[in-house]
Amino acid sequence: MSIHKQKTFRALAVVLLAMGAAMPAAQADNDSGKYGGENRGKPLQPAQTNAKFQQECSTCHIAYSPGLLPAESWRKVMAGLDKHFGSDASLDAQDNKEITAFLVNNASNRWSAPTAPLRISEAAWFKREHDGREINPEVWKNPKVKSPANCAACHTQAERGDFSERNIKMPR
Amino acid sequence: MFRELHVLGLALATVAGLMAQPAFAETSNEILASIQKEAAGTPGLQEFSSAHGESFFKVKHANEWSCASCHTENPAAPGKHAKTGKAIQPLAPSANAERFTNPKKVAKWFKRNCNDVLNRICTPQEKGDVLAYLLTVKK
Repeated sequence: MSIHKQKTFRALAVVLLAMGAAMPAAQADNDSGKYGGENRGKPLQPAQTNAKFQQECSTCHIAYSPGLLPAESWRKVMAGLDKHFGSDASLDAQDNKEITAFLVNNASNRWSAPTAPLRISEAAWFKREHDGREINPEVWKNPKVKSPANCAACHTQAERGDFSERNIKMPR
Repeated sequence: MFRELHVLGLALATVAGLMAQPAFAETSNEILASIQKEAAGTPGLQEFSSAHGESFFKVKHANEWSCASCHTENPAAPGKHAKTGKAIQPLAPSANAERFTNPKKVAKWFKRNCNDVLNRICTPQEKGDVLAYLLTVKK
């Protein structure tokens, strides 16, 4: 191999290496930019759950997976429990602190937008996955569904944080 | 060695679990007595009345819900949350022995539900009247 050829080869190798290194970063960017950056994290309930979270957050609705919202959303929800979507759901200071920490530590890790909605159903990923093309609008009128907050009406494993397609069963 | 540690760990976890249980399980009459204590000395205090408690339970106050909106007109029957539809176990101790045995839970729900129904917290008189009523409800 001539010196010239060797140089070209090296330059090519450097370029290829650089591309290789840059690729995952570019993909990660695309991923975090999905749904305009309002993307949920891993929705499965964390393996290490929190007893207070399970107990308190499932009294009136399912204990929504922390990964469905970004940390800032959970901070806001937990700071406003005395006016929680039309009901007083306040906790004592100690329980509030413990549950807030659990939610924040397990919040969505794919949320890059500077937004922090209070409702899971306001997130861009939610709207996209539940729009008119995905779901017949009639489904929402079914009294068994009642509200978009009622995940378990169709997502049979919602309590576990499993929202996979194969576990969807629309009520009749 | 490992097994011993394991057993020790289990034992510790069990003790911790027991300690996490409501530390002051009481009877509904003890809860009533503690409301009595809370009420003592408030101006215009009357003896707790189950009749007052019953009407307080069934009428609407500041908001669109009464206690009965979710707990039904019969507190010995299961209820249903007026908004979410969530099932609610009977409230009367005669029908549900767990009710009014955990002071922390009692305080939590009086605060929440009084805010939802009256837009304010309840007075000790009101809480005493309601519990006096609930204790008279037969299964």
